Amino acid sequence: MSLQGTMPRRGWTRKRKRLAVIGVLGLVLALAAALVLTALRDQIVFFYSPSDLLEREVAPGQAIRLGGLVKDGTWERSGDTNVFVVTDGGAEIAARYVGILPDLFREGQGVVAEGALQPDGSFQATNVLAKHDENYIPKEVADSLRERGEWRPEETGGQ
Amino acid sequence: MSIELGHFALILALAIATVSAVGGLALWRRGPRVAQFLQQSAILQFVLVACAFAALVRAFAQSDFSLALAVNHSHSLKPMIFKISGVWGNHEGSMVLWILILVLFGAMVAAFGRNLPRPLLSLVLATQSLLTAAFTAFTVFTSNPFERVFPPPFEGNDLNPVLQDIGLAIHPPLLYAGYVGFSVCFSFAVAALISGRIDAAWARWVRPWTMLSWLFLTLGIAMGSYWAYYELGWGGWWFWDPVENASFMPWLAGTALLHSAIVMEKRGALKIWTIFLAIITFSLSLLGTFLVRSGILTSVHTFASDPTRGLVILSILAVLIGGAFALFALRAPKLRAGGLFAPVSREGALILNNLFLSTAVGAVLVGTLYPLVLDALTGTTISVGEPFFNLTFSILMAPLLLVLPFGPLLAWKRADIVAAAQRLVAAGALAIFLAILISALGGLSISLAPLGLLLGFWVAFGAIMDIIDRGRFGKLPPRESLRRIIKLPRSTFATALGHFGVGITVLGIVSTTAWESEVVTTLNPGETTAIADYAIAFDDFNEVAGPNYSAERGIFTVTDHNGGERTLAAERRFYEASGTPTTEAAIATYGFSQLYLQLGEPQADTHVLRIWYKPYITLIWLGAILMAVAGVVSLTDRRKRVGAPAQSKARRATEAA
Repeated sequence: MSLQGTMPRRGWTRKRKRLAVIGVLGLVLALAAALVLTALRDQIVFFYSPSDLLEREVAPGQAIRLGGLVKDGTWERSGDTNVFVVTDGGAEIAARYVGILPDLFREGQGVVAEGALQPDGSFQATNVLAKHDENYIPKEVADSLRERGEWRPEETGGQ
Repeated sequence: MSIELGHFALILALAIATVSAVGGLALWRRGPRVAQFLQQSAILQFVLVACAFAALVRAFAQSDFSLALAVNHSHSLKPMIFKISGVWGNHEGSMVLWILILVLFGAMVAAFGRNLPRPLLSLVLATQSLLTAAFTAFTVFTSNPFERVFPPPFEGNDLNPVLQDIGLAIHPPLLYAGYVGFSVCFSFAVAALISGRIDAAWARWVRPWTMLSWLFLTLGIAMGSYWAYYELGWGGWWFWDPVENASFMPWLAGTALLHSAIVMEKRGALKIWTIFLAIITFSLSLLGTFLVRSGILTSVHTFASDPTRGLVILSILAVLIGGAFALFALRAPKLRAGGLFAPVSREGALILNNLFLSTAVGAVLVGTLYPLVLDALTGTTISVGEPFFNLTFSILMAPLLLVLPFGPLLAWKRADIVAAAQRLVAAGALAIFLAILISALGGLSISLAPLGLLLGFWVAFGAIMDIIDRGRFGKLPPRESLRRIIKLPRSTFATALGHFGVGITVLGIVSTTAWESEVVTTLNPGETTAIADYAIAFDDFNEVAGPNYSAERGIFTVTDHNGGERTLAAERRFYEASGTPTTEAAIATYGFSQLYLQLGEPQADTHVLRIWYKPYITLIWLGAILMAVAGVVSLTDRRKRVGAPAQSKARRATEAA
């Protein structure tokens, strides 16, 4: 809009002013739409269950979300490194996470981990999500478990 | 007994609201008697809902476990404050709080709106009653908080432990006051569309309500962000989670409304757009309250959700929002456009503000709903996370922040951009200097940090320059300049302070994002570690008992670079009643920066410790508080006080007579 400061004001008829305003509005909206669409293409993170992950052959290093149940008896800690297995009843993936897991991270409960596959086929989590509610199971996890007939709410709810 | 009285009061409020809504919308032309009835009805609705709410509070405070709601969400060992906050820590109770605030705003319109034209007042109160009736009916019929259980159990199931926190005791009331306050703007918009009376006076009446709601929403979001930061123990202050987006969208739209209403009041322009924004803002508030709660969108930190009633609430929203937009489509074309202005003018700047803010609303809305749409259409499950929002939102905000300082310096109708730029040279130079200096000293961790700092300083200094410029410092003797500044209207200070707050928040966001450091380590009592300029010694580890929990507590001593020492305690609590563990982070504030310690689960005699150093993070919330204070200052401006213009007109009339 700074250009207009140099133009003679007299020449600005009502119609031209309105066109200029609409032009700027349209330009910003178009740019914003382009921005949103590009960002949607590049920045979204796909959600996979362990079975999906094996079927789809996701490239190592690509940012994804992995959701499933933490398999009983697989959670091991040494210092700040956590190793656990995520399962959906069909397939299993070994996951690794460095840091402090959420309070409600439990074996046998639902988990969603953000991260990427490693070349060796294991999953390196950069972030582990768990809701602050003991009865929570992520919707995506519940859906994929339901598909596999592994959905047993009475087991996943409560402690 | 009081439970039944409360239940009855709520049903009575529903009946009265229904009568007011139907009667008011049918008879609003009939003059002052109708308005008087609606005023009294609005106040009565408030009294009745307040009784209903008080009955719930009483039952929770006395741990009356014959009330189903108290059984599910309370516990006799809880501290009193959390017993009371437990009332709104669940779906049913929070609905009653929501309605209470709705009728409170209705009663306030009735009390302060004595100078409004009668037909407009009638229509506003009738619309407000319609909203009350809809949501009270929803509560009474599908989410009754007054249900009893028999036989009453001895003990309750406890409130979710992370909700047992002072921050969350006050966060929902603040947030709701913001959300629901916009209902007044909505009602005014609907009233204006029905009556066809839309002029500058309308904008003057709406502005204080917008400002009031906006400042509550600002505080509510800031409070929620700070709560999530210290209570959830993730060390983050904003996650672009659907719940947060849901509160952020009405805030963005409300901010736009605040600015477009100025144009409408001062210049009579942007009428249709302002009405549209008023409807949109409240619609987004409704979405904010209910979209996540309906279970359609999942969020990692929503509470009080109840998917079973989701469809009912979404149908109510569809009818209310759809109705308002249908009315808008029907009536808006008949409104006459007013106020001509050149592109470079105060109006033009405010339009740019609205353009970027509403585009940002659109981007956030797309990001929030896209996973839902994609899942419905293709069955692919995706998540749109922080990278999307950070990218789109910051790119949209950058130009807004860049032009922001120009706005207050431009004249109405037609302005000289060169003159405005000249007046901002000092602010720009200082901002560039500081951004370069800090980036050089702090080390560049991300390439965009200097740019962000530059924008933050630019907005903050630009706000100060606005005041200095109005005092004509340097052109007049300092004493004369000071006198001029003191005499400036309060709204000018409010503008400057609000914009200064925006700058401060930006600075906090940029510095904590760019220069945050984090250490994850294993430590035993007696050992030490270090982060930034601070040495942290793990002194002791012991077990303690709280009123309704047991905890493992780590005691730490932090030594800063000047040798000053502070003792901190980080805890892992275990709440027996619900069997839930929580993490209580230890936070030490140094100036505007914070040190954040999180204790992990103990294992084989060693402890995992996660420590963050967050430089200038408190500026984020401080800026939000400044914005809210600016709102208060603006509300105390005599010229904008509710009903004041009509009052002075009335006085002039009596003086003339």
